[in-house]
Amino acid sequence: MPTKAMFLMIKQMLQRPFTNPFPVKHAPKDVTSLVEKIQKGEVKIHPPVPVPEGFRGKLHYDPERCIGCRLCITVCPANAMEWIPELRKIRHYVSRCMFCALCVDVCPGKKFPGEEKAVKALSMSDEFLIADYDKYSDNLIEEPPEAKEKGI
Amino acid sequence: MAKTTYYIPVGPIHPALKEPIRVEAEVEGEKIVKVDVKRGFAHRGIEYMGMKRNAIQTLYLSERICGICSISHPYAFVIGSEKALGIEAPPRAQYIRTIIAELERIHSHILWLGVIAHEIGFDPLLFWTWKGREKVLDILEAITGNRINYAMYMIGGVRRDLKESHIKALRDMITYYWEFTEHMKEVFLSDPVYKARTRGVAQLSKEMALKLNVVGPTARAAGIRMDVRQDIPYDAYADMDVKAIVPQDIVGEARGDAYDITMVRLYEIEQSLDIIEFCLDNLPEGKILAIPNYVALLNKIKKTEGEAIGAHEAPRGEVIHYLKYDGTRDGPAVWKVIAPSYNNINSWAPLLLGAEVADIPVVVAYIDPCMCCNDRVAVVEDSSGRLLDYSYLHKKAVEKTRKLEKELGVRR
Repeated sequence: MPTKAMFLMIKQMLQRPFTNPFPVKHAPKDVTSLVEKIQKGEVKIHPPVPVPEGFRGKLHYDPERCIGCRLCITVCPANAMEWIPELRKIRHYVSRCMFCALCVDVCPGKKFPGEEKAVKALSMSDEFLIADYDKYSDNLIEEPPEAKEKGI
Repeated sequence: MAKTTYYIPVGPIHPALKEPIRVEAEVEGEKIVKVDVKRGFAHRGIEYMGMKRNAIQTLYLSERICGICSISHPYAFVIGSEKALGIEAPPRAQYIRTIIAELERIHSHILWLGVIAHEIGFDPLLFWTWKGREKVLDILEAITGNRINYAMYMIGGVRRDLKESHIKALRDMITYYWEFTEHMKEVFLSDPVYKARTRGVAQLSKEMALKLNVVGPTARAAGIRMDVRQDIPYDAYADMDVKAIVPQDIVGEARGDAYDITMVRLYEIEQSLDIIEFCLDNLPEGKILAIPNYVALLNKIKKTEGEAIGAHEAPRGEVIHYLKYDGTRDGPAVWKVIAPSYNNINSWAPLLLGAEVADIPVVVAYIDPCMCCNDRVAVVEDSSGRLLDYSYLHKKAVEKTRKLEKELGVRR
């Protein structure tokens, strides 16, 4: 006895895939050479799906705007912020971050002379491709440049 | 000829299980004659962590208790905290909270419908239902910024406002889901194959359901009219008339089997759509946070004493948070969580007894179990059954570390 479910499933078989497309249509034999080709511009890949407005991606930290109030350290649920007492700035470990954006809400920011409103030191970027082999790699730590120079 | 029984241990780590739990069954042919369910493999000590942090940090920690319903626990937490601290959220925030909670119920129920189709071996149906689920996840992503772990709630309100574009998208979504639910009803409830695999399987009588203390859709499928939204209304649910969905209202009688629970969940999706529509029509204007400054909020928490229970009807049943603030620190002094799966997993052992081996997936999946929610305490027993206390375990752990250090030659 044909049922509604059968028709739906057969219809589904004939439709185009609903999922987002893979970067390339078929799995490549050699990923490294594919990446090289993409960098040279020989092969085009499907771009990542655009993120919506208000997406909470990797945290961006602007040390110039940081006033050292430590409010972000108070509210951070994952303890991803570290206080650098020598510089009176913070260091942020992206690998510990849980992307709740509480620190962005609470950040008072700093007003440079000539500006009308204070601009926050912390902001959420659109960046979401943050996979890495090393959790302490440069890509995953947001800190003032002086901290790296002095090795604090 | 003597009967032979075979012992089948499943779990705690098993390809068929998404989360750790152990089921030990003895089978005689195809029939299960003895069954034991052991849990406690996913205990993470979240409540203890919460009692060491401030309330805002704990709220976001509570979002991570459950892997799939990331609004249920924060909802119960904010309701309990607001009662204990004497804060009232502005009306607009209450309505937005209700909308988000109902959106989550829709996505959780559709997820379950896909899972049950997968468990009976009907995988095309799984893909079809999850294809329909994408729409609500897109809406949640647009409103809150993420598909899961929304970080939307705050003690005394919500953090993000609904914009005009969101309201328009929500109305589009409601139209889409009215149509999609109609299709789903036709596919699930009138399909002979689905009916054959679920009718009479995992049948829980009303008496049994009351005895086992099951909650949520499991209890409603057995014919018990219980729903936190109806019994203890909170937020926007107090302004509308939410009635528990029971099978006897739909088809006249409640059998409490997997087919009935499918029906309850399908009709609850429609109820959620009605609730969202009501909230959108009556959305009040105004601010969204009672205390917008988090530092002021933490200072208030530090000065306030009080205790309360927050309850929320999660997609799987009622979730209860007990909170006590003692007025000395800015976080909860006591925090206790009871998740719906804790009660619902009780029904596995009696339902599996006498069932066939092929029905195990349906029985296990029909309550939509969540192991990480239900493991709330871990106790260790020695071989004679005596409970070992914390200080003894700590002493033993230190001893073992010292012993290993000595063996491995680690210098301190």
